[in-house]
Amino acid sequence: MSLQVEHLTVYYQTLRGDVQALEDATFTIEDGEIMGLAGESGCGKTTLGHSLIRLVPPMRYVRGKVKIDSEELPIWGMEEMNPFRFKKISIIPQYAMNAMNPTRKIGKMTEELLESRKVSFSDTLPELKRRLDMVELTHDVMNMYPIELSGGMKQRMVMVLSTLMDPTLLIADEITSALDVSTQKAVAEMLVEFRNRECCNSVMLITHDLSILYQIADTIMVMYAGQLSEKAATHTMIHSPRHPYTKLLISSLPKVGVKYAEKRLKGIPGSPPLLLDPPIGCRFRERCPVAFDKCLDVPPFLEIEKDHLVACWKEFERDA
Amino acid sequence: MLELDRVSKTYKVGTFGGKDLHAVMNVSFNVGDGEVVSLIGESGSGKTTIGKMILRLLPITSGTIQFDGVDISTLEGAELKDYYRKVQGVFQDPFSSYNPIFKADRLFKILQEEFYPEIKNQEWDDKVESAMKDVGLNPNEVLNKFPHQLSGGQLQRFLIARALLLDIKFLVADEIISMLDASRRIDVLNLLADLKSLGLSILFITHDLSLGYYISERAVILYGGSVAEMGATEKIYFNPIHPYSQMLMACVPRLDQEWEEVDVDLRGKQFEHTGGCIYFERCPIAGNKCLDEPPLIEIEEDHFVACWKDFEENA
Repeated sequence: MSLQVEHLTVYYQTLRGDVQALEDATFTIEDGEIMGLAGESGCGKTTLGHSLIRLVPPMRYVRGKVKIDSEELPIWGMEEMNPFRFKKISIIPQYAMNAMNPTRKIGKMTEELLESRKVSFSDTLPELKRRLDMVELTHDVMNMYPIELSGGMKQRMVMVLSTLMDPTLLIADEITSALDVSTQKAVAEMLVEFRNRECCNSVMLITHDLSILYQIADTIMVMYAGQLSEKAATHTMIHSPRHPYTKLLISSLPKVGVKYAEKRLKGIPGSPPLLLDPPIGCRFRERCPVAFDKCLDVPPFLEIEKDHLVACWKEFERDA
Repeated sequence: MLELDRVSKTYKVGTFGGKDLHAVMNVSFNVGDGEVVSLIGESGSGKTTIGKMILRLLPITSGTIQFDGVDISTLEGAELKDYYRKVQGVFQDPFSSYNPIFKADRLFKILQEEFYPEIKNQEWDDKVESAMKDVGLNPNEVLNKFPHQLSGGQLQRFLIARALLLDIKFLVADEIISMLDASRRIDVLNLLADLKSLGLSILFITHDLSLGYYISERAVILYGGSVAEMGATEKIYFNPIHPYSQMLMACVPRLDQEWEEVDVDLRGKQFEHTGGCIYFERCPIAGNKCLDEPPLIEIEEDHFVACWKDFEENA
């Protein structure tokens, strides 16, 4: 088991009180698993990803434990995390396209980066070149400035840099969102290739695009308003979801071959709650078509079938 | 209704404007009454440029755009204002369409002053309210607020309501869905579908192919500023002929099937018009013939393709 998260709760501090962006998250990621983390904007998926590697104000650690390779991760401490960052846990940020120093050539920047982590650049160079081949970048990029690369090329360069130390967990935050469909496919497939060649042990792929996850993820976890809703194997999640939110979300996605004249899709009425003062109980309650009295309590995140976790009282009742 | 005839847009780039950049090259298509046409292409394919030229936000370098038989580049003064009564656009980023200092509904007021000074205030407010309801907003919740107090989806629907108040005939919808959340997208799409059934024509600019399929009857696939393939949506989606369309369709992530094995060429995209086929550099089946520019030919009813290879096979 490469990552184990227990009761992780992270708030954002604001002048008007705490924004409860991540509430009581408990889940695991197995060795070699590519877990897709999906949800609407503001549901806390990026908060979850970032709190695992760089928990800085206004983010505030409230409680919870994170273990990586059975070793506890000191996510509450900025300094204490340094030995783990880059080597054990690494991230491809959402802004990967602007992540590189524009005033340094990429080779020079890589050298500085490795040296700051006390790793010899010349020893790493052959491996670095091999990885560049993997993502179909020429070795010439080492002598180029980031501005000379296209968006997709920069994305792939950052991907190589982030995984250079073979991290146990790679967090990939919206890496495909800003790319064209053809480049998107190539980058997504490279991510799988990285996992297969053990350049990283497991991957947490944060995205709002479920159809990308269907192509490459092993499991999908869906969040809603800071709470975990459902986690299951990809096929199960798309074809037989159990949580009402997941069901509505998946049925609202247009597919190629569906026209409004033949089959009119429905959206989810209402909008997500504000997390500054979230409703008690299940946060999806107000928009949920099957909500009942019990939903005023927070539903636990339970395994109802093998490897299929859901947080919904209605589903527990049905199984009981 | 709207007819584009060999429309081109050339930008001067490089030091002292020494080089030409062909953003749009000889694009011709038309949009009929009450028809939705998707304009599909990757970034840099010129789809937004075409939208802006239709709205007269950019001048056309060569070619003509006709609306109801009138060349729009000749419109001036009162005629141009009349054109904007019928043709409006809604753009990708709703946040940048508002002035953050003023309340969001100020745009309705400006609209009244500019286009309908003869309508009384009370009557106008009623019109605004009914337009808000048409786009699925509760007027009491959203009026009298500043842009930062509203969500992207609400702002986007404000802009659509604004366009509706003008009693328009043609809407340029440039990536209006991409900023919205998945659970909200379908509402805006359904709204467009309803408007279409009331007789509105829409140019739906998108890079998301499943959204394009959901709403449109016809699709135009652009590559590097030229039309690669166009025609009825079903024909384009299920029987793509041009190698670029085939690659594009194979790359769309779908929820009902796995990705097919296709080679995606990651070499830099050079949208340079050297006289030949614009897709030449990336095309897996390019031949000598492709050094000449392929014409756009109708290969079956309402299905046009610009590819030499296909013409050869059919010859």
